[in-house]
Amino acid sequence: MHLERDPADAAFREEVRAFLRDALPPDMAQRNLRGFHPTKADMQAWTRILHARGWSAPHWPVEHGGTGWSPLRRHLFEEECFAAGAPPTCTAAFSLVAPVLQRFGTPEQQQRHLPAILRGDTFWGQGFSEPNAGSDLASLRTRALRDGEHYVVDGQKTWTTEGHYADWLFCLVRTDTTVAPQRGISFLLIDARSPGITIRPIISIDGAHSLNEVFFDGVRVPVENRVGDEGQGWTCAKFLLENERAFSAEVPRNKRMLARLKALAAAQGLAADPVFATRIAEIEVELAALEWLTLRALSEHGSDAAGAWPAGSLLHVLGSELQQKTGALLVEALGERGVIHYDASDADHAAGITADFLYRRAVTIYGGSNEIQRNLIARHLLGP
Amino acid sequence: MNFALDDDQRMLKDSVERLVARDGGFEQRRLHMADGWSRTLWARYAEIGLLALPYPSTHGGLNGTAVDTLLVFETLARALPLEPLLPTMVIGAAALREASEEQLARWVPPIAAGELTLAWAHGEAGSRYRLHDVSCRARREGAGWVLDGDKPLVVHGDSADRLLVSARVSGERCDRDGIALFMLDANALGVARRGVRLHDGRRAADIVLEGVYVPASDVIGEPGKALPLIERIAQHAIAALAAEAVGLMQALLDTTVDYLKTRQQFGGPIGRFQALQHRAAEMLIALEQARSMALYAALMLDEPDDAERAKALSAVKVQIGQSARFIGQQAIQLHGGIGVTDEYVVGHWFKRLTVMESEFGDTDHHLAEFSR
Repeated sequence: MHLERDPADAAFREEVRAFLRDALPPDMAQRNLRGFHPTKADMQAWTRILHARGWSAPHWPVEHGGTGWSPLRRHLFEEECFAAGAPPTCTAAFSLVAPVLQRFGTPEQQQRHLPAILRGDTFWGQGFSEPNAGSDLASLRTRALRDGEHYVVDGQKTWTTEGHYADWLFCLVRTDTTVAPQRGISFLLIDARSPGITIRPIISIDGAHSLNEVFFDGVRVPVENRVGDEGQGWTCAKFLLENERAFSAEVPRNKRMLARLKALAAAQGLAADPVFATRIAEIEVELAALEWLTLRALSEHGSDAAGAWPAGSLLHVLGSELQQKTGALLVEALGERGVIHYDASDADHAAGITADFLYRRAVTIYGGSNEIQRNLIARHLLGP
Repeated sequence: MNFALDDDQRMLKDSVERLVARDGGFEQRRLHMADGWSRTLWARYAEIGLLALPYPSTHGGLNGTAVDTLLVFETLARALPLEPLLPTMVIGAAALREASEEQLARWVPPIAAGELTLAWAHGEAGSRYRLHDVSCRARREGAGWVLDGDKPLVVHGDSADRLLVSARVSGERCDRDGIALFMLDANALGVARRGVRLHDGRRAADIVLEGVYVPASDVIGEPGKALPLIERIAQHAIAALAAEAVGLMQALLDTTVDYLKTRQQFGGPIGRFQALQHRAAEMLIALEQARSMALYAALMLDEPDDAERAKALSAVKVQIGQSARFIGQQAIQLHGGIGVTDEYVVGHWFKRLTVMESEFGDTDHHLAEFSR
């Protein structure tokens, strides 16, 4: 165990900062620091800027366009981007479907989709949850019936984040109803503009549109768009969810929220209040522990040490609950001004603090609710 | 940055594990408790190099790193050692960072050989974890110093050969300036020691110093300028305690999980109940938070910026305190009645964690320090 810091990492951080000073348009940063959902235009423009530098997918394998950075450097990079107010790239594309394609996809599928994602040309949406398949995902009912060289898809998906931006959807569909629920599921890539697809907005409690429901009515999907074998969808999904959880500690976002909390507390004259200061300190300590947990998980990922503790679920629980705690304190710091409903179309001074707090009630629900995560952690301890 | 153990670290951990397996039994410990602690075990620690570990190799030490100390304390923890390892190994090594060559040559070899034990005599009545709150006085006399004052609750103070004592050479009670650190012969004339037992089975002493003469050669560092060294000593102690706490919390969780799997009620193991499963999951989360902070402590001991280092070690003590309280209390709760009996080890691990909370500053103290 060697915990020493490498001075080259500090130089790397400076390099990233210099890049961000040069490349991140100030108006884009300002929009993203307010706390509202990022726009597609900003996400796409920023992805293209990153791609021009070769940095749009640092966590991908080098052969697919990754940077080959150490886990620590990937973490530093993400932290600096977040702190500067850079919009995210499309999570569903870069962090969810791409690793699945790299692991389970054919060379043709990889060639068709990965470069387009890398350039920011295609956006993706996730079609997993259904109205009656949330935590119990394996009970999903969207059907895909084989018809020659196509599947015909009928059903409904929901909670599709940024589905209204999506060019492509990746979906779990039922291809066999005669076997155990998990074994009858396949993983399909579906062109979001296929005839028979209807995407409708779901307005969340922040009053904004980031979620969608997606209806499939006789949608024809070429068989070549299936990832992995028929019936292997659950394996792909478990792989994807474990990846998703590994990112869900959201240390960079938590750091940005804490920085905002400190700035707001100072501006509101709360910095000298020992009770409020103590509550900020509690969050900061928890964040330090979370950062080290994340670095441990990242450095163990893919090594012999991986699997010794249920890193994904643990990070998901801690990272999501910390966002909610910090968000609640941010709203409290706003005081009576916190009750005003602002949205992204309001003037620049209108901070999306309360809107973000409201939206972030979802973070302990998506990606497997925190109750499901605790079940998984307990299963790790106690066995099935 | 690499979290995997290298070969030397693996060997160190293995040798401590073997020692625990052979000599660290719970019943053996009960026997040692009557005498305070075990000289036999102490000789074993010396034999496998633990006592020499963090000291400089120029004087018979092994130049061990903070990670080495972490491994020793984490691995030993479940055996609940009664011996004065923290003061003799960790605090001594931190204090002697400012010792002269002559002092190192005089003290390190006997410490490494297991022939010299230490105790940390710093806190005073009413100082409540504030490291600069020192009233004990030291006045010049000839080539040496004369000490007067009270040092209550010196852990291992009744058995130590030497006391690392702080005393004020100038200024008023809470001045940052004017504190000196002495390596006092515990049997010197004027040292009165009254032993007490602690809830974790270790012993301590209330110490009264009355006109105790200390030769100048036993002063560590520059008299009056010892506070930064004392702060550093406390930080090294916190890092070792954090590692010990992680070892204890792991032991508590392992034992609780075993119990959930084996204890039968309502016709099956109680671990099938979701309320208890989620509690166990929460315990693991708290443990891994604490483990991460124990590693962070080991890293930050080498941080050159004093304020950054102090803040980091305060954060560590806060997280350890919070995790330890939760895991300790839940381990007993999930064990039910057996958890509160003296015959069962869980309560003893809990007691050690409870005592640790008040060592080197409690959670509230460090939360306040952190938010300053």
